[in-house]
Amino acid sequence: MSGESTYNPSNGVSKWLDSRLPILRLAHDSFVDYPTPKNLNYWWTFGGILSFCLVTQIITGIILAMHYTPHVDFAFNSVEHIMRDVNYGWMLRYIHANGASMFFIAVYIHMFRGMYYGSYKAPREVLWILGVIIYILMMAAAFMGYVLPWGQMSLWGATVITNLFGAIPLVGENIAIWLWGGFSVDNPTLNRFFSLHYLIPFLIAGVVVLHIWALHVPGNNNPVGISVKGKQDTVPFHPYYTVKDGFALTLFLILFSYFIFFAPNVLGHADNYIPANPLVTPAHIVPEWYLLPFYAILRAVPDKLGGVVLMFGAIFVMFLLPWLDTSKVRSARYRPLFRQFYVLFILDCLLLGYLGAQPAEGVYIVLARVGTVYYFAHFLLILPILGLVEKPKEVPESISEAVLPAAPQAAE
Amino acid sequence: MTDAHTPVTEEPTRRDFLYLATGAFAAIGAANIVWPLIDQMNPDASVKALSSIEVDLSAIESGQSITVTWRGKPVFIRRRTQDEVGVAREVSVVDLPDPENDADRVVKDEWLVMVGICTHLGCVPLGQAGDFNGWFCPCHGSHYDTSGRIRKGPAPKNLEIPPYDFVGDTRIKIG
Repeated sequence: MSGESTYNPSNGVSKWLDSRLPILRLAHDSFVDYPTPKNLNYWWTFGGILSFCLVTQIITGIILAMHYTPHVDFAFNSVEHIMRDVNYGWMLRYIHANGASMFFIAVYIHMFRGMYYGSYKAPREVLWILGVIIYILMMAAAFMGYVLPWGQMSLWGATVITNLFGAIPLVGENIAIWLWGGFSVDNPTLNRFFSLHYLIPFLIAGVVVLHIWALHVPGNNNPVGISVKGKQDTVPFHPYYTVKDGFALTLFLILFSYFIFFAPNVLGHADNYIPANPLVTPAHIVPEWYLLPFYAILRAVPDKLGGVVLMFGAIFVMFLLPWLDTSKVRSARYRPLFRQFYVLFILDCLLLGYLGAQPAEGVYIVLARVGTVYYFAHFLLILPILGLVEKPKEVPESISEAVLPAAPQAAE
Repeated sequence: MTDAHTPVTEEPTRRDFLYLATGAFAAIGAANIVWPLIDQMNPDASVKALSSIEVDLSAIESGQSITVTWRGKPVFIRRRTQDEVGVAREVSVVDLPDPENDADRVVKDEWLVMVGICTHLGCVPLGQAGDFNGWFCPCHGSHYDTSGRIRKGPAPKNLEIPPYDFVGDTRIKIG
């Protein structure tokens, strides 16, 4: 957020540092005295929760890599070694494995919050696009991480996903062979996935820095979607939102801990405790829950290339969202029609997620086709048209007026 | 190039040439450095070295199949019954999703040798299953017939026939 820096170095050392590398000033202006809209609700706490998830994954991941062996003959056993022999290895692995799921729960809430309150609209388009990039990197990291234990789901999940690239005309097969480093998913594939799985979280961290930078230029959106008009609309980030984020994080950690300590495998798939066997495919291959909607779209299309194109299209259409939504009003609070379509869209995503876990036959295929068509219609038809035909409710003059209707107007 | 002090000239200068030449040279150099970084991911010498195997077929009775591993992939070898060959030959080829004569898919009628990888997304189909009593892929529901041809489901192509030759009456070399 543009504005005067309020940082005041308090002692000789911080003064000395401030005139050489003003890093404490940057931290103070970004996370302490950063002016934040005073009406943010709990849906806004997931940015902080996501930062926590990323740090958790990086720390537990670095530790797991100390005990893991990325080789087809040893990978499965080294994971069992972590579970049985390494001190607290079971806990660290369960934190890491469930941490991926918690990361996706948080990112989906974060994204749907952005969609509800129009946080992708001008001037926050770049902020949104960086977020979609982080989301794609997260999916790549999660997919490669799932391959590392080298169980049946690891091998066959990797086989199905890498074969998607084989659908590309002409060069597809060569790209698949290049990705594999062989003629099927094998040791070279596992080895490079481990290398990339270690790299991607740091790429994510880099894009997160850009994401926060792009957030702090226009400042936070807020539940009424009105831009901050002045000091009366904001409070300092610390202590108001550090405490609010901290409290939300605590609640989130209770859920996280429930999974780690009481249901550590409920989000996984039992077949991944069977060592990988390239000659036997499990009867029912499903990806992890957070990829299921896209998997449903892939299978809904009777054509191989078409399915792959639509699946990737379902992700890439999000890049265009700031321009597909033609409404000038940001917050869904003032868009009665959009609110209803927003609920339908969430239901559609949940339906696709459910269908992605079902066998690809009969009524499930038909429903998946309907769900896929609706998914794209939401972005490509409903959002552009809605902005033109919908009559929004009256939008308040300012954040203060919206949240303090009875209070006297603050002086200009 | 065009600022207040120099008039606009159509004629390229010596400096333009040097810029272009330097840029082009740098681009070629960069491409030369990048290629090894990309190509290292392609199959290495040790992977390629395992690219052919010999299989003894003498123990396989009519109606039996074996699965061998070639290049890390399963290869189905089936000694087909007369019925299976007959059914595969009766099909009207032009109506198939990927039209191919059964005779073009085998070296000897009895022996069907093919890569056991579903052409959809790479799962291993189950033998003697599905609507056509050939192979059935449980992942996404592709049905193959007794010649390994796709008949129903999302797979675009017939099961692949690897390059192979008979090196004796009951011995083949794959690859």
